[in-house]
Amino acid sequence: MIRGERKEAIAGWMLILPALLLLVAFTHYPTVAVLIRSLFGQGLHGKAPPFLGLGNYRAMVADPVFWQALRNNALYAAAVIPLSMALAIIMALAVDAATGARIAGRVFLRVAYFTPTVLPMIAIANIWLFFFTPGYGLIDRLLSPFGLGNWNWLGSTATALPAMIAVAIWREASFYMIFYLAALQAIPPTLREAAMLEGSSRLNFFRRVLWPLLTPTSLFVFVNVVIDSFRLIDQIVVMTHGGPDNATTILLYYIYEVGFQYWDAGYASALTSVLLAGLAIVALVQFGLLSRRVHYR
Amino acid sequence: MTRLTRRATLAGIGALAMPAIGRAANTRLTIPFFFPIAVSGPVTKIIDGYAGDFAKVHPEIEIKPVYAGDYDATIAKALTAFKSGNPPPLAMLGAIQVYTLIDQDAIIPFDALATSAEEKAWMQGFFPAFLANGNVQGHTWSIPFQRSTAVLFWNKEAFKQAGLDPETPPANWAQQTAMGHKLVARSGDAVSRWGVQIPATGGTYWLYQALAIEAGQQLMSADGTEVYFNRPGAVAALQYWCDLAKQGVSPKGVIDWGATPNDFVAGRTAMMWTTTGNLSFVRQNAKFDFGVAMLPADAQRGTPTGGANFHIFRTASKAQQEAALLFTRWVTAPERCAAWSIATGYVATRMDAWQTGTMKKYVAAFPQAQVARDQLQFARPELSTHANQQVTLPLNSALQAALAGSKSPQAALADAQANAERVLAPYRKA
Repeated sequence: MIRGERKEAIAGWMLILPALLLLVAFTHYPTVAVLIRSLFGQGLHGKAPPFLGLGNYRAMVADPVFWQALRNNALYAAAVIPLSMALAIIMALAVDAATGARIAGRVFLRVAYFTPTVLPMIAIANIWLFFFTPGYGLIDRLLSPFGLGNWNWLGSTATALPAMIAVAIWREASFYMIFYLAALQAIPPTLREAAMLEGSSRLNFFRRVLWPLLTPTSLFVFVNVVIDSFRLIDQIVVMTHGGPDNATTILLYYIYEVGFQYWDAGYASALTSVLLAGLAIVALVQFGLLSRRVHYR
Repeated sequence: MTRLTRRATLAGIGALAMPAIGRAANTRLTIPFFFPIAVSGPVTKIIDGYAGDFAKVHPEIEIKPVYAGDYDATIAKALTAFKSGNPPPLAMLGAIQVYTLIDQDAIIPFDALATSAEEKAWMQGFFPAFLANGNVQGHTWSIPFQRSTAVLFWNKEAFKQAGLDPETPPANWAQQTAMGHKLVARSGDAVSRWGVQIPATGGTYWLYQALAIEAGQQLMSADGTEVYFNRPGAVAALQYWCDLAKQGVSPKGVIDWGATPNDFVAGRTAMMWTTTGNLSFVRQNAKFDFGVAMLPADAQRGTPTGGANFHIFRTASKAQQEAALLFTRWVTAPERCAAWSIATGYVATRMDAWQTGTMKKYVAAFPQAQVARDQLQFARPELSTHANQQVTLPLNSALQAALAGSKSPQAALADAQANAERVLAPYRKA
């Protein structure tokens, strides 16, 4: 009996071994290594990096760029998460067969909505660089009949971050629309027919029926958008390099700058540790609190 | 020839050549060569061509170019490779990275390798202005190749329309502002042509350094441990830059580096400050007559040099280092140096390259190419210090803050100076 259990345990360990090895090699070990590295300074002239204790973390508290990156990241997340989710739902409703308007070329519309996801980030960034170009970019052209041309969207500290947020929403919403569209199509049409018979309004139907049934999808999308909002970097690299005056520097870009341009691996590790801790807390809150309120069928 | 017979022929040739290739493969020394791509154009083809031609002269060595992205990406990859114990023997890296590379113990000076009389004479043949960045701590750490300076481009057509002499560019700052006012063209409320654009993204400090040198203030000490961002000349330079927008001669805010040459060829700015590296682009795309001039002076003329140099890594094998030196000497031979300059718009870094027939013919047909060389007598080394990026990136931010109007030039530069003092303090003790 005991031998049988043991055999089963061994078989179980063998089964998870490949996944465990990969997790340890590419997730757990790097995480621990980063935490340890964050306690050391820069090693110059081939010398071993000096032990600083919490020196890097003290420097971080005093570093205005770190606080600005954190603030930018918070603003970015606060705007991108709700807006891209709302836009994703609206777009999904618009192209869904049951809820959408009966217009010709719905397939074309779906493809159009999904295009931003298919495009590589570099192409997106270049398209938007053109949109934002002062004077003859698309946005300034559209504004010029109203006497509003010549905005330097990416060149002014007030508009650069909102411009980045707009690009991100455009990209994220189109991707998550697909998940909402799939969820909408899985909802049985009988619910809708019943609601119509009861004389329920469209808005009421969405609020009382569709939205609760979409909550598992919403949780999934929410978790991913939150993670995405801390993973953004390619767009910043191509479009602004964090400028002007750090107006678009967010945490991950700052880590890249410190690690691969300042060559201060210790400080970059300390910043990474803070980012990891923040993401871990977000994940715990999401799965701990929110999952209780999700309506699974 | 059908595909089949062609393949058969190739196979036949291959079989005949087999013994030779087999022998070469046994003894061939491979030299990975990291190279940054900073401008659009056929640079990779040219470098591949050099590697191929070199193999014909030295079949025992294989130069293998690795195109590693822009300047930042290339040094990041080279240093990461170095730290993992597998450095590229030879790399073309920004000349300003010299202290970073020395402090990481990554490179070996050329004077430690080039010891024969002939090799020493070769090192003397480069323009001193281009050698300056790599000549620190009593050694020559790098050999200049892909180098540039900043110049002024002006649109002769626009000058004519504004009632200015199309053959006379502004000689000093005051003239530039005055001409700029006349050159601004409006259609209704919107500006259809600006007077001048000095771009401020990318390396913001670069054109700022030109202004500072012109105002009589070099930005750093020769040993890379002091910076002078808050000196009166440095502040006056930033003040002038900000005033261009305030007076309506330049667009407001931070002007984009990459969009500026496009603005110029589209006639949206009558003058621009940019690198000589854009010469080929403007020549191919401008539908109007244009001129290239030295940058306008304040107290004096001036420009920083820019661009990348050859660096040899310390931990490569001796044989690899020797081969890297051999290739560096071969590729900087006067004729090749001239051909490289003509093909790319970079400034030929050897004095004797300008004496070759090819170069003389080119300059006669296209005199704009000579401006950069003539300006070299006023050129100063590009801003380069210990912990270089930790000093220059915050300076870029400070400059952008002043240009965007969120800080005064004085306050912005004081911030950049305070940051640099903190970063550089440890290097002064050593």
